[in-house]
Amino acid sequence: MLAWVGDVSLFGARALRDAFRPPFELDEIARQIYEVGWRSAPLIFVSGVAVGVVLSMHTRASLERFGAVSMIPAGLAIAMIRETGPLTAGLLLSGRVGAGIGAELGAMKVTEQIDALEASAVDSFKYLAVTRIVACVIAVPLLTTLMDFAGILGGFLAEHAASGMSFRLYFQRSFLFIGFEDFIPATLKTAVFGFIIGTVASYLGFTTSQGTEGVGRASTRSVVLSSILIILADVILVRMIFFLFPGTV
Amino acid sequence: MTPNGDAAIRLDHVTKSFDGRKVLDDISFAVERGTAFCLLGRSGTGKSVTLKHIIGLIRPDAGHVLVEGEDVPRLPRAKLARVRKRMGFLFQDGALFDSITVGENVAFPLRRHTDLPNDEIVRRARARLEQVGLGHDYDRMPAELSGGMRKRAGLARAMVLDPSILLVDEPSAGLDPITSEEIDQLLLRAKLDEGKTLVVVTHNIPSARTLGDELALLDRGRLVTRGTAADLDRSDNALVRGFMHSQGGG
Repeated sequence: MLAWVGDVSLFGARALRDAFRPPFELDEIARQIYEVGWRSAPLIFVSGVAVGVVLSMHTRASLERFGAVSMIPAGLAIAMIRETGPLTAGLLLSGRVGAGIGAELGAMKVTEQIDALEASAVDSFKYLAVTRIVACVIAVPLLTTLMDFAGILGGFLAEHAASGMSFRLYFQRSFLFIGFEDFIPATLKTAVFGFIIGTVASYLGFTTSQGTEGVGRASTRSVVLSSILIILADVILVRMIFFLFPGTV
Repeated sequence: MTPNGDAAIRLDHVTKSFDGRKVLDDISFAVERGTAFCLLGRSGTGKSVTLKHIIGLIRPDAGHVLVEGEDVPRLPRAKLARVRKRMGFLFQDGALFDSITVGENVAFPLRRHTDLPNDEIVRRARARLEQVGLGHDYDRMPAELSGGMRKRAGLARAMVLDPSILLVDEPSAGLDPITSEEIDQLLLRAKLDEGKTLVVVTHNIPSARTLGDELALLDRGRLVTRGTAADLDRSDNALVRGFMHSQGGG
């Protein structure tokens, strides 16, 4: 286990180093951002709306007891932006993107396509792994922002159905207690989630063996391991955010 | 074979083990420019591993692998890339990139390593595909091709940068005799008309007789014998004789 963690860490460190060395493979990074980002957007948006609706229903049930239903929009927005949006987006993307990268690179490995890239005088690590990791680092925070707003929109839909609150009033109240110190650190931490998803999935894809069975295993392990690492990283990152931005406590 | 002659490829005492199992055991041979060298042997005797040593996909535990005078395993990445551009590699199943079209597979090395305009890249990729009989398949996806077509497309990709050396892994494995013969003829033309150096891994003795200026037999990681097809036919070694007279080869 320790050897595995060491190998993945070295893989990630090498990716970080190579990301700042030419050639930068911008076309491939753009293609991967499209694959990781744009193609995940419907999943993130729909999930965000659903989470917002559910959170709103739970919040209403609790706050009604204290006669504080007017605080529902603000409470939901804070919960969504600070934690629920980033963590849910990270876990959803570890499923969709992590499994995809693990399976794709695993299949390329067992069908000698990675060797074929090398034989064509292309640095396969840079072309396949670094581009995907960079794309994840860029796309996950953007998708998290989409999830935050979809969640708030879902909250509005639930609240409008329950109390008839107007769109304008709901959004005014949502952002009453939200500042950039709530949004920026919580969203930027998902760049770390993106790094974890890209690195773990690429590593498992690159080290796939034993044919199609190995591809399936790489895909499943990508999801499981990146999900666990995201949750563990979240604990550390939240602690760091509280330390660096005391106003968010 | 001249020991210090005009060798395009030279392996000197190459040894390689995987998980404690010796796959190549003190292998040495040289391939002269413009000739074809066929590596024969049973499955799992280290033929493909030898080929991958030549292009630097595998590093030897001991020994030297020289390609046009450059010691491949000891080259830094940038120099290794320059040496690789002078080689084309046909993988056993073609190893086409399955996310792009057949045409873009062939165009890929040109896009990566030349500054040619798009029209010229497409023209050259089409020309190579026509050469292997796939002129109408530029826009098809690799999954839509048969095994033989994938292999021919792989050959077009291997040759598109006009390399001086072609490394070919089992060109006729799993193919019908007619397709197999077509690929042999393509390789023969590459040698005779374009002066390319070929290293061909094969089980197919008739194919080795057609292509090979020199044949070598690997067994359990060791080079048992090498020479012309006629030399191997005259061998007293039972394994060599058995191999040369198999598959209609005699």
